[in-house]
Amino acid sequence: MKSLKKFALGMAVAGLSATAVAAENVKIAFIDPLSGAFAATGTNGLHQFRFAADELVNENGGVLDGQMFEMVAFDNKTSPKESLTQLQVAIDQGIRYVVQGNGSGVAHALTDAINKHNRRNPDDQLLFLNYSAVDPALTNEECNFWHFRFDAHADIKMDVLTDTIAENEDIEKVYIIGQDYSFGKAVASAAVRMLAEKRPDIEIVGNELHPIGSVQDFTPYARKIVSSGADAMITGNWGSDMLGIGKAAIENGFSGPVYTYYGAADGITAAFGETGVGSLKLVAEGGNNPPSKPEAQEYIRAFKDKYPDGNISQARITNVIQMLAMAIDEAGTATDVVKVAEALEGMEFTDSLWSDNPLVMRADDHQLIQEVHILGHVPVEAPFDFDNSGYGMQYENSVVAAGEDLPMSCEMDRP
Amino acid sequence: MSLFIVNILDGFVTGLLLFMLCSGLTLIFSMMGVLNFAHASFYMLGAYFAYQISMFTGFWVGLIVAPIIVGVMGALIERYGLRRVHQYGHVPELIFTFGLALLIEEFVQFFWGRQQVPYNPPAALDFTAFAIAGNTFPAYKVFMIFMAIGLFLVLLYILTKTRIGMTIQAALSYPETVQNLGHNVPMVFMGVFGVGTAMAGLAGVIAGPVMGTFPGMAFTLGAIVFVCIVVGGLGSLWGALVASLLIGWIQTFAASYNLRMEDLLIWLGFEKPMLIWESPWQDLWTLTLPQVGPILPYLLMVIVLVLRPQGLFGKRET
Amino acid sequence: MSTPSTNPLTAGTSRLIPLNHALPWIIAAVVLLLLPVIFESRGALTIMNQMAITIVFALAYNMLLGQGGMLSFGHAVYMGLGGFFSMHVLNWMSDDPWLPLPVLPIFGGFFGLLFAFLIGWFSTRRAGTTFAMISLGVGQLVASMSIIIVTFFGGEEGISGDRTEMLPFFGWDFGQQQEVYYLTSVWLLIAALGMYLYSRTPMGRLANAVRDNEERAEFLGYSQRNVRWISFCASGFFAGIAGALFAINFEILTGENLNLATSGQILLVTFLGGVGFFIGPIIGAIVFTLLQTVLSLHSEIWALYVGILFVATVMFFPFGLTGLLALHVLPWKLGKIGYLVKPYAKMAIPGLVFVLSSAAVLEILFHARHAGRGDNEMTIYWWLTFDSHSPLPMIIGLVLAGVSAYALVKLVPGLKAAWDEATKMGEAGK
Repeated sequence: MKSLKKFALGMAVAGLSATAVAAENVKIAFIDPLSGAFAATGTNGLHQFRFAADELVNENGGVLDGQMFEMVAFDNKTSPKESLTQLQVAIDQGIRYVVQGNGSGVAHALTDAINKHNRRNPDDQLLFLNYSAVDPALTNEECNFWHFRFDAHADIKMDVLTDTIAENEDIEKVYIIGQDYSFGKAVASAAVRMLAEKRPDIEIVGNELHPIGSVQDFTPYARKIVSSGADAMITGNWGSDMLGIGKAAIENGFSGPVYTYYGAADGITAAFGETGVGSLKLVAEGGNNPPSKPEAQEYIRAFKDKYPDGNISQARITNVIQMLAMAIDEAGTATDVVKVAEALEGMEFTDSLWSDNPLVMRADDHQLIQEVHILGHVPVEAPFDFDNSGYGMQYENSVVAAGEDLPMSCEMDRP
Repeated sequence: MSLFIVNILDGFVTGLLLFMLCSGLTLIFSMMGVLNFAHASFYMLGAYFAYQISMFTGFWVGLIVAPIIVGVMGALIERYGLRRVHQYGHVPELIFTFGLALLIEEFVQFFWGRQQVPYNPPAALDFTAFAIAGNTFPAYKVFMIFMAIGLFLVLLYILTKTRIGMTIQAALSYPETVQNLGHNVPMVFMGVFGVGTAMAGLAGVIAGPVMGTFPGMAFTLGAIVFVCIVVGGLGSLWGALVASLLIGWIQTFAASYNLRMEDLLIWLGFEKPMLIWESPWQDLWTLTLPQVGPILPYLLMVIVLVLRPQGLFGKRET
Repeated sequence: MSTPSTNPLTAGTSRLIPLNHALPWIIAAVVLLLLPVIFESRGALTIMNQMAITIVFALAYNMLLGQGGMLSFGHAVYMGLGGFFSMHVLNWMSDDPWLPLPVLPIFGGFFGLLFAFLIGWFSTRRAGTTFAMISLGVGQLVASMSIIIVTFFGGEEGISGDRTEMLPFFGWDFGQQQEVYYLTSVWLLIAALGMYLYSRTPMGRLANAVRDNEERAEFLGYSQRNVRWISFCASGFFAGIAGALFAINFEILTGENLNLATSGQILLVTFLGGVGFFIGPIIGAIVFTLLQTVLSLHSEIWALYVGILFVATVMFFPFGLTGLLALHVLPWKLGKIGYLVKPYAKMAIPGLVFVLSSAAVLEILFHARHAGRGDNEMTIYWWLTFDSHSPLPMIIGLVLAGVSAYALVKLVPGLKAAWDEATKMGEAGK
């Protein structure tokens, strides 16, 4: 049995080293779900990263003196535990940059682990580039020097969303519903607080949380929403919960706007189809469908040629890749991540694809300040639609440098 | 009041759907003495097969063909899998069905991917049957009700009035005697397993369009189905019916009424802390009924099992 | 799930612990001591730590399933609660530490025991399906609580702590993976030895008796319920230790540690290894952790392979991987293991070809269905690169699988004959 154990471990290490290819490349660990319930989102994200790295950096000669970006995928199965194991494997491979986005729980685990690791191992520190986890705490109470966030966080998005609601005189009653966990609660409390400031006359006719991922039939919730007489509803739901609550509400007679955080792509646009037109709204950064710039249109066409089932649903991924490349060039090194982080801090970046306004990586809390939009679900022609469904998202309202004036509570220790 | 009536109807639909799964599961249990963990996986397979068929031929062909395919698969799994494991005892049998559930989920992901597939109700039923005070009731749900009741009546008729039904009932209690009388008991077992899984498949076909067709659909429903037959009493068809409807209503009403723990605590004479978010009891004070709705069935199950291990209508202990 | 008592691998064949029984433990200790010299990378250390934790948890689980015949679908509760409480103890002490980190698992064990005591009070009244269903229900309830009671469980992001904030232990502050590895290994040995010795106490034997025939045990004057309850508590204690080790290693606990998937996984691990043997769960934990961490680096459909392996194990080797190994003990003792070498060698090549080609067929099918359009090229087994959309590789894969399967079927009678020969008593003069 001992020899078996030894043999097995030998296999393990053979397996680990087999993926470690020695090269001059700048390796970026992609730690997100590639199997399990959220694999579709994770795989699509990986494709976007690979494509962005190839098109935007490697095609142009890479960084420094010709070093290429190489995405190394790690399947975390949406589990914090697996993420930490894979993080150790990534560190072994000499990786200095970690990108992750699906799930604030995993992001909390990673930012905490990387912070501890960098403190305990000053010789091989690494940076965490968070492209999608939007819990405000990550750049507030829990912020640290090694973490950078490229998506607008939940409060920023809610700021834009409530601005839009406040401008709409027809909305007098709002129903808030979300999944029962930290993010759902954060969305609900931000909505209540900001609506009270901006439109005290709006009545919150419902504010509730439902268990995450275990409601089979959303009809009873839809009934409540319809009976409450709400003019608009707000939900932070994602995945099948997003689909469930949105479809149930619309099919049971709710006709007002449904403001969502994650009501597009990853199968959701296709599943809503015609039902969502006129109701489904999304708050997000990134591009219109189709984007206005020809470069961006070309970029999407090329992406769809390569990944016909994929979506450019997270435009911020190109920002992560381009800003990291700029920072490495500016720092003159890809291995001293403190220098790269210092170059990234406060960086102003003009996006050639999605936005005309410069993006700023705020130095105080490492939160990217960018343009955020409200988008509506409308028919869109291929290849600029989502899920090849003939539907996509188009701008209805935009806020430049969204959330710049929101309060922040980050106290960062710098090395 | 009108909302109450609508909730009764919605809960009725959920309950009947649960019953379509429970009836097959409880039959299989009473026959083979094994809880089939993969039962909800056959429900999922039904939905996916029907989706695949509906892409070519439309909804109605899928309604008939998909459950048959699922039933045949079920029968084959009984014949070549379960029967083999049966000789090792009940625990390996239970573990086999558990593994089967995992495997079926992986296969579904393998072939159809991890996203929800766009499986929708047929156009012919895509209208509002009636509305109660602004709450619309889709025609498709009326169709679901009729399908489930129809299935129950057919099942009841077969089990109590036909020769084959008598044989099944006899084989449940005295398998050796029935065997000695010249009946092919293994064949009966295989048939019952096939029919049970076909019923689960049928439930999947008609539930897929409303509940969503995605790889997690078996997992979310599977545990609840277990709860139903355990609460109703293992092996009891009537128990399964009562428990299914009970749980359907519990879930619907728990989601519909925002009863708050806060009100209860104040009524009991407690004082709400001023700064609720700094109180260690914040979670208790902010608890609402919809939050705990989905765990109520499990609570019910644990209580029933502790107080009456044979279930509400069960005759024997397990 | 009992096995022939002639088998030296079974726990509980003789009442004494002779010296030669101590030998495996000494070897285990030496191997554990030397492993990090061979595998010094962080990844390997983390995987070994994870293995050690899974081993403790699986052994604890097998105290129920293997020794007590109780099938639990919610055992993650005790490991998880042990871990959560340990983490709170760690955080509570971090301001003013008065204990070193290595004693933390005692707290985990204590809280695991406490909850096993409370829940076991009503859940162990009956065995069989009733017990299994109560464990499922309780598992669901506790898992849901982890989302509802945020003050204790920390919601989605869970609770985290810093293990270096406890008192240093002989100069070690456990900042490095290697230090944590040794801590985990020592606890692994302590826990495994504890569970092994427990299985040889009268209490451990009684658990077997109740498993095999509860009425008879009752007639002999032992309350079957109390026997189950005590086994349950002991299992909860060791599961809690595993939870505390998890807290030390990962420095974070989340709802994931309590949910049904974790409970189901430990059942899978234990059964895969073999429930009838003391070392079964150990082998299961090692194999499963490797599959989970290493195979998933190489294949997106690793979970499918695990599923197939699991179902195949239940169908063909209900005594698990250890059972398979244990079958060879008799030929070994008879000195006839050599009889089996030739048929095994004959089967090795077709067997390997069958496994590799079937996996290749699945990989090609998966790649063709799910990879991007321009992405027709795929590589398997590190050097074999081809176009997944052309029919040729698929046909080659299917043909190879078919031919090797045919060859295997043809070779089975030969193996059977050799097997009968090797297990025949007498001739060797023993």
